[in-house]
Amino acid sequence: MFPGDLTTILPELVLASYGLAALIWAVFSKTPRTGTALIWLTSFFLVGLSLWIGLATTGTKEAFGGAFVDDGFSRFAKVVIVLSSAVVLLLSQDYLERERILKFEFPVLVVFAVLGMMIMVSAHGLMVLYMGIELQSLSLYVLAAFHRNYSKSTEAGLKYFVLGALSSGLLLYGASLTYGFSGTTLMSGISEAIANDDTSVGLLFGLAFLIVGLAFKVSAAPFHMWAPDVYEGAPTPVTLFLATAPKVAAMVLFARLLREAFGPIASDWQVIIGGIAFVSMFLGSIAAIGQVDIKRLMAYSSIAHMGYALMGIAAGTEQGFQAMLLYMVIYTVMNVGTFAFILSMRKGGRPVSDIYSLGLYSRQSPVKAFSLLLLLFSLAGIVPLVGFFAKLYVFLAVIDVGMYWLALGGAIASVIGAYYYLRLVYFMYFGEAGEDLDDTMPRISMITLVISGALVIVGVANLFGIIDITQAATGMLFN
Amino acid sequence: MIGLEHYLIVAAVLFVTGVFGIFLNRKNVIIILISIELILLAVNINLVSFSVYLQDLVGQVFAMFVLTVAAAEAAIGLAILVCFFRNRKSISVDDVSILRG
Repeated sequence: MFPGDLTTILPELVLASYGLAALIWAVFSKTPRTGTALIWLTSFFLVGLSLWIGLATTGTKEAFGGAFVDDGFSRFAKVVIVLSSAVVLLLSQDYLERERILKFEFPVLVVFAVLGMMIMVSAHGLMVLYMGIELQSLSLYVLAAFHRNYSKSTEAGLKYFVLGALSSGLLLYGASLTYGFSGTTLMSGISEAIANDDTSVGLLFGLAFLIVGLAFKVSAAPFHMWAPDVYEGAPTPVTLFLATAPKVAAMVLFARLLREAFGPIASDWQVIIGGIAFVSMFLGSIAAIGQVDIKRLMAYSSIAHMGYALMGIAAGTEQGFQAMLLYMVIYTVMNVGTFAFILSMRKGGRPVSDIYSLGLYSRQSPVKAFSLLLLLFSLAGIVPLVGFFAKLYVFLAVIDVGMYWLALGGAIASVIGAYYYLRLVYFMYFGEAGEDLDDTMPRISMITLVISGALVIVGVANLFGIIDITQAATGMLFN
Repeated sequence: MIGLEHYLIVAAVLFVTGVFGIFLNRKNVIIILISIELILLAVNINLVSFSVYLQDLVGQVFAMFVLTVAAAEAAIGLAILVCFFRNRKSISVDDVSILRG
């Protein structure tokens, strides 16, 4: 039985060994550019790993007495997480080099964060869930404070640490109550215990604490207060990383926990999740309006997007979960593209992030400005772009279960949210010309920006078959 | 006779003390770190008392994992705090305030 368990977690084992080996190699290495070499090596390794996970295994396998599961749902999330992290690493290199913080710890910490996320999406018991979340969070706290001679970055790290540790504490208290009142930490056991006798108050308390803890991790309102500060203060590559892979992991974990452990009392959590989604969408859309720092603005934008994605979970159906997965993929692509641009915003060699510096950028470089325009329109959910279809599917999913208020709220919030995306476009095309941005965008950011700009418009045709893949992935969770 | 409820009440009191310690304290960040430890210890009391009550070892295994993670968490928290102190020459909560708006 034990060797079988090890083959199930083989991708995680390989990644863990790679991380440890990379760390030891980098410490003893005498080569001058260890950081750069390790970033390239790690991203190629991650691309290979994602291909392996995506293509090699099929079916559902459980390990460690059912505490860890490897199914289509988790494999899909793993591919998205690992691939996006590889792209993030490649995009970070130029920024880190210019800021003189390209240390070899950066790719190593990213590897361990990715390992934590892979464990999170495969968690099928509360213990594994907690260990995965902590491995991911502890790596991310350090990454947020990575620019350690810069007070904004250390402050971001400190704030992220305190609120992250608090949310882990809440989650853990919920886990302990759930364990106590159901008698097991396995998700399958919890759902059996709930199905067998009527739900006790203790279990509902446990569920509430678990939801609050995870809502912190996905930065859904009203537990979002860390996100804007951390996004603004952390080095921009770290902000990009925070905005993509951990969100996907936490969202998938959220979906699995609610479905597999608390499935029998779906009607109880659907309303809570719906409420959180509703508040997030409105708060993200309204609070972003006054922001002048583009990283802060993207933080509020991601709060709103988490609201839309949570709508899919609130529906509680196969269709809803599928819409959520699709939403997260599209959200990741759009964010990577937008941040590829933000990473290269510089004036006189120094990074800038206020939105007025975009003034008349379209005259300076029309292609990049147009790609960014497409991405921002897509983030706003304007009709012919993929961002619209992402929203459409979650709306359809909640309408299908009769939560009309949520769909209506989402539609209104996306209209409000369109304002601040359009304001950025306005600055680029009609704003006041100021000092030009430096023309030092590295080729890889340029390529990422243009490709993701193209994806949001070309993807409309058939979304590259992702719909079928998400359907297959979600189907495995529901059968 | 001391039963399960008594342990749960102690844990709940510790947990609430920890949460309030994070939000109400205006002095320094070390107190926040202590509060976080308090929350994790409350959880451990919960886990161990449930484990004894249910005659099930999983809770105690979970408690060992929580202890280990708590140590790692404290180490990372202190390391970040040291970096913060070097930049700002202060660990007062009121000084954690550059980022806002």
